[in-house]
Amino acid sequence: MNTPSSLHYTQEHEWVRLREDGETVVIGITDYAQRELGDIVFVELEPEGDELDREAVFGSVEAVKAVSELFMPVSGTITAHNLTLESNPELVNADPYGEGWMIEVALRDPSELDKLLSPEAYEAMTA
Amino acid sequence: MLSRTSLFDQHEALGARMMEFAGFNMPVQYSGIVDEHMAVRQTAGLFDVSHMGEIFVRGPQAGAYVQRLITNDAGRLQDGHALYTVMCNEQGGILDDLVVYRLKADAYLLVVNAANIEKDYAWMCAHKPTGAEVYNVSDLMALLALQGPQSLEIAARITDLPVHEIPFYRFLQPAPSRFMGFDKVMLSRTGYTGEIGLELYCETKNAPALWDAIMNAGQSLGLKPAGLGARDTLRLEAGYCLYGHELTEATNPYEARLGWVTKLDKGDFLGREALATIKAAKPERMLVGLVMQERGIPRAGYSVTTESGEAIGVVTSGSQSPVLGTGIALAYVPNSKYFTASDRILGIQIRSKVVLAKVVRPPFHA
Repeated sequence: MNTPSSLHYTQEHEWVRLREDGETVVIGITDYAQRELGDIVFVELEPEGDELDREAVFGSVEAVKAVSELFMPVSGTITAHNLTLESNPELVNADPYGEGWMIEVALRDPSELDKLLSPEAYEAMTA
Repeated sequence: MLSRTSLFDQHEALGARMMEFAGFNMPVQYSGIVDEHMAVRQTAGLFDVSHMGEIFVRGPQAGAYVQRLITNDAGRLQDGHALYTVMCNEQGGILDDLVVYRLKADAYLLVVNAANIEKDYAWMCAHKPTGAEVYNVSDLMALLALQGPQSLEIAARITDLPVHEIPFYRFLQPAPSRFMGFDKVMLSRTGYTGEIGLELYCETKNAPALWDAIMNAGQSLGLKPAGLGARDTLRLEAGYCLYGHELTEATNPYEARLGWVTKLDKGDFLGREALATIKAAKPERMLVGLVMQERGIPRAGYSVTTESGEAIGVVTSGSQSPVLGTGIALAYVPNSKYFTASDRILGIQIRSKVVLAKVVRPPFHA
């Protein structure tokens, strides 16, 4: 399993990458999550501009055999969607930390990042 | 404690993802559900379905006993014939769906669902007449399903038995040393995928070598190992019922569209009286196929609605169809042409939305 050391993680199997501006993050699901779900066929995301609290549902992932909700790792406003996933949801399986990213969020409170799991903690949780 | 099939080492070596199913640790997928599903539709797939139960019945009263247990007509079977049927309780509720193999006039093999082995065996023991014996031989037998357009060709590479000449729902009896030296392989032209194929019954101890021989023989023809995930999407695309979903003790064969395996005129059998009443009164609900007209995947337990969102029924199985690329479902709706007619537009409540679906007559993929 692949767990990049530069990212933050959640117990719900999302990853969070802080951009260099220190104010926005990119969010997706982990390698572990895409493997557990199997072949992903749809990704549904809440609209851009929505301001959501931490742990609110920001969308859902449908695989052939399972559906899973997506939870905000941090509070903030959705500023971008990965539009490629509309037609190529399988990118989440193929490249969960890269081409398979889901949303970009403008952070409400950057200190919330401290509540997320380190790569080591996430690896321990999924081992 | 989870049971392992005799092929656990094979699954592990192939990198299978395992999951619990009916008390067994079973492979759910190897390369991926869609990849395995398409292999079965286009070339071939090999499944370990050794979790299935086998119950052996013999004795001078064996034929009459089987005939009393099942709804379909076992009286028409010859040696080497198989029969799909259900077994009902006195209320006409479905205890299980199964395949009956007539080995001889006084010997039958009944293949039942893994989750129902204990229940079925207890039911059969409770209704056993003198002159018949019943044995649960599930732990002694392994079952491999070789399914797909290339399946017969692959089997022909490892046996001199005439695999291409076995008619659908017929089988060749266990013959010593006709199968790569493996004793006692029973070769059946049956399956649960909607494709041409074989099911191979053998002794547990012979299963690993038989699996390996089939995998080797099939490699150049595109054979892939396939797990329970693909088995489920394949059977759903074919419109086949699954016990615990479309079939339960609270469903009867008529509403499950299994009237064709319910032969009221064959003589008395368990559940006959109740089933005659249900048939005469017409079942209250009916199983239909649904194909999504919009984006969304139906799942078991979701509500079926009218176009305007009023709940009228329930999805029993749902998935993305790998062949169609859209969501498909089997669902119970009220037994009225208004809801069951082909091309009728209904809705499925998917979380907060009603997504439109069209009534179709399965199979979905053909």
